[in-house]
Amino acid sequence: MAEIKSHIGTQNKKGQTYTDAWKMMNEAPRNPSFYTGSEVIKEALRRASCDVMIAYPITPQSEAAALIGELFAEGYIGDYFRGESEFAVMSQCAGAAFGGARVFTTTAGPGTMRAMENFPMWAGARLPIQMIVTCRGINSPLSIQPDTIEISYLLNTGMLVWHAETAQDFFDWILKGFMVSEEPEVHLPLALCCDGFFVTHTKDVVNLTPADMCLPPYDPYRSPVPCMDMECPPVRMMRDPFIMKSNYISYATHASWQQEIWAAVERSRKHTIKWINGLIETENTDAEVVIVASGTAVSQGREAIRLLEDEGVRCGLVKVKSLRPWPGEEIREATKNARHIFVPEFNVTGWLAKEIKATIPNSERVHAGPHVCGGMTMPPEIIVSEIKTALGLRSESLAGRGS
Amino acid sequence: MSKERIKISPDLYDIMPSDYQDLVQSATYGKEDRGWKDIGTSKELIEQHSLCAGCPESMAFRYILASLPNPEDTVMVGSTGCTSLVFPMVAVHNIHSLFGNQNAIASGLKRALSVRFPDRVKDVVVLAGDGATVDIGLDMTLQAWFRQEKFTTICFDNELYANTGGQESGLMQKGFVAKMAPVGKLFDKVRLPEIARESGCHYVVNCTVSKPSLVEKVIRNSVLIAREIGPTYIQLYTPCILEIGKNSMEGLQEMRDSEKPTERFAYKEYISEPAKQLLAELAAKDKERKAAAKQLAGKA
Repeated sequence: MAEIKSHIGTQNKKGQTYTDAWKMMNEAPRNPSFYTGSEVIKEALRRASCDVMIAYPITPQSEAAALIGELFAEGYIGDYFRGESEFAVMSQCAGAAFGGARVFTTTAGPGTMRAMENFPMWAGARLPIQMIVTCRGINSPLSIQPDTIEISYLLNTGMLVWHAETAQDFFDWILKGFMVSEEPEVHLPLALCCDGFFVTHTKDVVNLTPADMCLPPYDPYRSPVPCMDMECPPVRMMRDPFIMKSNYISYATHASWQQEIWAAVERSRKHTIKWINGLIETENTDAEVVIVASGTAVSQGREAIRLLEDEGVRCGLVKVKSLRPWPGEEIREATKNARHIFVPEFNVTGWLAKEIKATIPNSERVHAGPHVCGGMTMPPEIIVSEIKTALGLRSESLAGRGS
Repeated sequence: MSKERIKISPDLYDIMPSDYQDLVQSATYGKEDRGWKDIGTSKELIEQHSLCAGCPESMAFRYILASLPNPEDTVMVGSTGCTSLVFPMVAVHNIHSLFGNQNAIASGLKRALSVRFPDRVKDVVVLAGDGATVDIGLDMTLQAWFRQEKFTTICFDNELYANTGGQESGLMQKGFVAKMAPVGKLFDKVRLPEIARESGCHYVVNCTVSKPSLVEKVIRNSVLIAREIGPTYIQLYTPCILEIGKNSMEGLQEMRDSEKPTERFAYKEYISEPAKQLLAELAAKDKERKAAAKQLAGKA
């Protein structure tokens, strides 16, 4: 086994200093920069000590994936190539992670769906790969527009799933995500999601950590399962392969391993809370009306709250940052005073509202909406109208929605 | 990996399984001239397996594992099928993840090992069935070759889906009646060795596993060429005696019958120019080494 030593304070070949991750993220000076979301992904990766990145074009993540290629050409990434499809890319990511590399990739919409068979395999093999999901529509007829429905398919894969609202979330969570994912007691992949275009293609001021600091390298020998590099004894893994065996030992083995994956998701809770400062953020949760949302629906919710305040309606806000681990206890607490809970979402099925309904008492308080989908924007006025209608207040009629 | 790494603490020696004790004492990790002739006098890198009695695949596994030039630094990648019943009993690190993605896994793996161990040799060898290689995984098989990924792909060609009970596969012969080919297979056996050559493989061999010395040479060449130059492809006939209605002792004869000059597994080989040059260099070095050893033995 390669010698385990601290790299903190030493320099990589680009002259960046391996820095204690907590200090880098929480104490190092920040530099405000005006960047698109895609550029922010690149800047996060510049500081991530990433060994392997594998790319494939699909809107709206293509720009970020190509920008990371530029980082590779500059020498910041160990290896980089374009795979042949998302299914292949996610398998290539798995191969690199089995071989002990810190691995990063990006995908979106139909690409996420095409690759889906890989995700439970990643979790089951305890591979701490980070995958950016810049959500877009997956429906037919073809759409490339923002839509968050693909997140719902990721929720039961055993992956950690976070939903960023802003480019700043994105920058911080990419780097912090590696720290949570790679904890020996977690060691699971992370799907770091954002709403495509709204975050990837808009510019925002983002406070970056110094470019001459980077994360400590990944140490594959802290993994709870052996790294496949022939640097530790190649013991026979099992006396009989469990596949094909129809007996109690086989069932028990598979059952306990699945339970272990979800126990690892559970164990990620304390690390996630520490690194991203809680699974949710709240404002004014003593109000009778509360909006619970994730992603850019949170931003639209904030605007709606401002409009409602002008009309004398006080409304609280819950921003859900992590979907796996699921902040059940936090949401129960934050909504305990609410008589009406609104869940605005950028998808047609309302998966977040369903999760919340399954979590809190008196779930009839949950108004699953408003929903937009297929690339529609969500003007705050729609949220205001939904809330006022539910409260029995007179609401201006909105174009296309009747009165 | 150094052989030191698999040594057992004396305090724990007696509680280790006997197959592990054997591995430490007499496996051929690091032996320069390892080959099929070590079988019987050393601990093989395959423990008991759960294949059918007389399955030619088990012979193939034993010869391949005895022939890897560098097993102490080799990682193997498998796929779903009969081979996945064997890999848990193989004493080199190996990966099973999904069905058909083996060449994608190997691409990522080889690159990760190259990033992590830039100054050391780490060989990657894919071993999968014909369904995984040619049907469900063909895209990833070919794309790894197009990209010139430096690893060996070995296909165990039993001309059908054996593990699921004998369904038609792309490498099945035309006209063969099987499950999912109820009136006989309607199209020709896919000519993957030729496709491999056109796709950029530097060493391609199509043969059976009836002769262990031949398997040894082919496997050794394929790994050494992949390490230095680029992708290599070996297609080995390992008939499924169960599904073609043969008895346990008839596998070897089936292979001998199928490798006659006019048959579909007559020995075929393609070697690219750079690969030929490498093999010539290796042969010259080998000759030099043997001559030096002989001289040394003469002096002694």
